[in-house]
Amino acid sequence: MKKILMLLAALGVVAGTMPAAMADPASDLKQFQAFFKNKFPTVAFDEYSNGLYALPGLEEYREQWTISNEFPPYELGLSLGKKLWETPFKNGKNFANCFKNGGKNIAQGYPYWDEGSQKIRTAEMDLMDCAKKNGENFSFLTADLSKEQGPRVQLAQLTAYFYSLSQGQRVKIDVSSPGALKAYEDGKKYWWQRRGQLNFACANCHMDLAGKNFGGNQPLSAALGHTTAWPAQRLEWGRLETIHQRYATCNSQVRAKPFKHGSEIYNHLQLYETYMSSGLPLTAPAMRN
Amino acid sequence: MQKSTNIVITGAATVLLGLGSLLAAPGLQAAGQGLDPKVCKDKDNPPKDTVTQGYCLVIERTKGNCMGCHLIEGMSSGNIAPPMVSIKQRFPEKAKLREQISDATKVNPDTVMPPFGRHNILSADEIDKIVEYVWTL
Ligand code: HEC
Ligand code: HEC
Repeated sequence: MKKILMLLAALGVVAGTMPAAMADPASDLKQFQAFFKNKFPTVAFDEYSNGLYALPGLEEYREQWTISNEFPPYELGLSLGKKLWETPFKNGKNFANCFKNGGKNIAQGYPYWDEGSQKIRTAEMDLMDCAKKNGENFSFLTADLSKEQGPRVQLAQLTAYFYSLSQGQRVKIDVSSPGALKAYEDGKKYWWQRRGQLNFACANCHMDLAGKNFGGNQPLSAALGHTTAWPAQRLEWGRLETIHQRYATCNSQVRAKPFKHGSEIYNHLQLYETYMSSGLPLTAPAMRN
Repeated sequence: MQKSTNIVITGAATVLLGLGSLLAAPGLQAAGQGLDPKVCKDKDNPPKDTVTQGYCLVIERTKGNCMGCHLIEGMSSGNIAPPMVSIKQRFPEKAKLREQISDATKVNPDTVMPPFGRHNILSADEIDKIVEYVWTL
């Protein structure tokens, strides 16, 4: 922890536009969603699950996106994920056996607080654990997922398929236990903190600047709806990626050192972002600019 | 995807814009004082005047990249910040302009404009050159 603090100090992280201490997640949520309702009064709530394409002024991007959705480029990756999900392990079981309801209509509850391990757990973690428990040795179980694209993309494909089994389910996560609350506060702090040489908080780009266009060719999404489409594929990437890879990219863009894939702080950030999207339908996997 | 954004500033500027789009190839057009990004890449004959040097720092993505946020006439620009026009009139004091670039958070703590000087994105000398160029806009 001390090391992280020193690192943050070295990177010039300062307290950002954090509003005065907010009371509790439920009122944070109200305030957060009201922010976007005021900013974009014409955008219907459910539309936020469509990322930047929901926003006024970005219609040109939406048109292209709609066309690309006729034959979505992520189909190939998704079918590889499906195959992985369905192929029996050496012991005859499969991924579906590890999950409630065979893995259907449960992704809206991720990430969640696990009392046993006293940690936040993501879908990726549960999928990896399932494979491990069943004696499998996929490369994503041992790889450095921050650096090794192949194994990470395979995990993204599997996770994308897992989320696709819950498409349309509305985000509903529980942050009521003391442990979850602490993780939530941690993620929230990260969200509002400025970082990197360029001195940006997540909130700067995805709240203040949502709907604006960086450099004339990089539109910016609203934070509301973040996480509902992930794992996702970007035109620029040409492959399905995990949300932690997206976070790392956002960190790098402002010349801040990204955290590791699967790191606790990214889990907490994901918890905060997901909670802020409470009530929105899951659309993963999706295409993004 | 390249979005061309044009704004109308004054009557005279409109005429210039019209001519510009007739004469220049689409895409990156000559900006400011008719500068061309090619001059920045010329290793054998690097730009010697401060205005051109400032221009090159402004358009370099890892340096100023000012058009990422500010509309600069003739460049593919973002729409995040006020357009860079009439800078000389609005910043008659170069020191104020230098301050805005060096640490915009001093003027407005909530700004998204990076503190180019304070965070060592640009050196003092580089900021001085940018001031000279931006003053011509
Ligand atoms: C300098 C600008 C910038 C900052 C700061 C930034 N991002 Fe992003 N972010 C982007 C861009 C550009 C994209 C791609 C376009 C889009 O979907 O918004 C993006 C996309 C995303 C997406 C995917 C959205 C979707 O609908 O698919 C998530 C999630 C995200 N960012 C989270 C974060 C988080 C969390 C932080 C802080 C750690 C952060 N971003 C900081 C620029 C930024
Ligand atoms: C990431 C976005 C961003 C970048 C990059 C950026 N700016 Fe700004 N700038 C802003 C914003 C936003 C404002 C509006 C004032 C505020 O926020 O306080 C601003 C304001 C200004 C102003 C004063 C306001 C005015 O009337 O025009 C000047 C001058 C300026 N910027 C110059 C520059 C220069 C020169 C560069 C490049 C070296 C640059 N900016 C890069 C976002 C940016």
